[in-house]
Order: sequence, then structure tokens, then C-alpha cells
Amino acid sequence: MNMSPDDRAELKRRQRSRNIALGLILAGFVALFYFITIARMGG
Amino acid sequence: MTTTTTQLPAEWRDFFALTKPRVMSLVVFTGACGLLAAPGTIHPVIGFTAVLCIAMGAGGAGALNQWWEADIDARMKRTAARPLPQGKMDPVSARDFGFGLSAASALLMGLAVNWLAAAFLALSIVYYAVIYTIWLKPRTPQNIVIGGAAGAFPPLIGWIAVTGEGTLMPILLFAIIFMWTPPHFWALALFVQTDYAKVGIPMMPVVAGEESTRRQILAYCALLLPLSAVPWWIGGTGPVYGISALALSAAFLALSLPVAFRRRAGEEDAMKPEKRLFAYSVLYLFALFAMLVADHFIWGQGISS
Repeated sequence: MNMSPDDRAELKRRQRSRNIALGLILAGFVALFYFITIARMGG
Repeated sequence: MTTTTTQLPAEWRDFFALTKPRVMSLVVFTGACGLLAAPGTIHPVIGFTAVLCIAMGAGGAGALNQWWEADIDARMKRTAARPLPQGKMDPVSARDFGFGLSAASALLMGLAVNWLAAAFLALSIVYYAVIYTIWLKPRTPQNIVIGGAAGAFPPLIGWIAVTGEGTLMPILLFAIIFMWTPPHFWALALFVQTDYAKVGIPMMPVVAGEESTRRQILAYCALLLPLSAVPWWIGGTGPVYGISALALSAAFLALSLPVAFRRRAGEEDAMKPEKRLFAYSVLYLFALFAMLVADHFIWGQGISS
């Protein structure tokens, strides 16, 4: 795929922001599952 | 569809827009109110998870709705700026995001909260994405009445997340939103109806005419007045909710009267009474459920009838 330097920079920027968003969501779910497990074991 | 913008992956904001954040705020609020007003206790983490699952389910259903209706959305002013009609995202990504979010929400609800709440969550997603979006919306002017049930699920699911059983109170909360939806949506449809007619969606004002729609708005508001107070009459809530419900519903009915008995004064009509009724309908739902929760905390645990 031929891309102009501008498009390539935009692609990198979008990939980066999507990866950051996905990383934060995954980290959030890891924390959530940890606390759910603690809560359910306590009950 | 081979422009440079469609080759680039969609931004995370576009996925967020697929979840219909503004609709979700009402869903999260009513779901959380159902959870807070229910008798019994729920661990705060589990309660948070239940509300998160309701939000994820609503988001997933919203994404599937936008995936299915992308061609219709492109031709309506109100929806033309959504990610799919704008070509900011490919349809397959939207579809997979919708299915993924929907499945994850029901699974997490079942594992973390309880399976009855998970079953109702799954039912509400199928109801909205399939029964409403695919089946009824393009076929019948009663689409809003029957499809409105989808939006009535969140407080019922929130309640059942706490109690783990289906009782009369969550069904009443469901019935109240069910009765609220037609006047809420038809008030909107009255002032955006040209768009719906253009894309062939059989909204009530287009099919049955404005006059009939206006009378039906009044009928639903009139039915909502006694219905909204039933939770008080059966002893499920105290008078804080009961009297608030009667006052809020009476104002809703009063605002529906000018809408019911007027006619559009030509194309230049500003449709002020209709816009006022629509704006009030949103406020009404927020206030009614806020009072339900306030009542619960003032009068202590309601009975679980």
C-alpha cells in the first residue's frame, strides 16, 4: 500500500491512540476482575 | 469507498460514538436507580459491575443498531454525522465491536452478579438490536411502542441484580418507562418527521397523521399518571416517591395538552409545545427515578413486593 508521509504519520498516530485506549480498558478490567473476585470470596 | 480516510483505522472516539453515549447516560442512570432502590444489599464492587454491564450492553446494542442502519442514518440530518455514514469506520469493525461488547456484557453480568440479571440483559440487547431495529422499526408505526420496551429494561435489570428474583416492583418500573417512551419519542418525531418520511421509516406522524399522533401522546400521558403512582399504592415505596410521581406526571400530562389540541401552523411553525414536551420528558424520567432512590433512603428498605 502506497502512502504519503502525512498518511503514514496519521496512521501511526491513530494506532498509538487506539492502543493506549485498549491498554487502559484492559488494565481496568484486570483491576475490576481482581476486586470482583475479592468481593465474591468475601460473600 | 476507497478514499484514503477509509483505509486508515477508525479512532477510538469513533467506537465510543457507536455506543450512543447520550442514550447511555439515561440507561446508566435508570439502571443505577433500579439497583439503589431495590431492597437488600449488594457489594459496591458488584453493584458497580452490574451498572457497567448495563452500560456495555446498551453500548453494544447501540453499535449493532448503527451498523444495521448506516444507510438510513446517512440520509437523515440528525444521524448523518455518525461514524459509519461519515466513512470513518468500516462496517465490519462496527459489527464486531457491537457483538463483542454485547456478549461480554451478558457474560460478565452472569459471572459477577447473577444469571437472571444476565438473562434479562441479553434479552434487552436482542430486543433492541433484532426485534426493534431489524424487524419492527421499518415495518410498523407501533415501532416506538413495542421497541420502547428495550429502553425499559435497565431499571428492571438493576433491581434484579440486587434481589436475584423477578417481583412486581421491577416490572412496574419497566411498565413506567414503557408508557413514557411513546409520548417522549413522538414529541421528537413531530418536529423531525420530514427526515423519517424521507428514509421510509413508518413513524406514527407519517403513517397515522399528526392529529392521531397528538391524541395518542395525550393518551399515554394520561395512562402514565396513575401508573407512575402504583409503586406507592402497593406499598413498594413511601409517599416521597408517590407524591413526586403524581406531581411530575401531572405536569407531563399538562404539557401534553397543548400538543394534543393544536395543529401545525404551516411549514414555518416553530413547534415550541412539542419541543417543550420532549425536553420535559427527559427531565421527567431523571426526576422520577431520582425520587425513587431518595424515597428508598428516606423511608429505609421498601418491601420487596
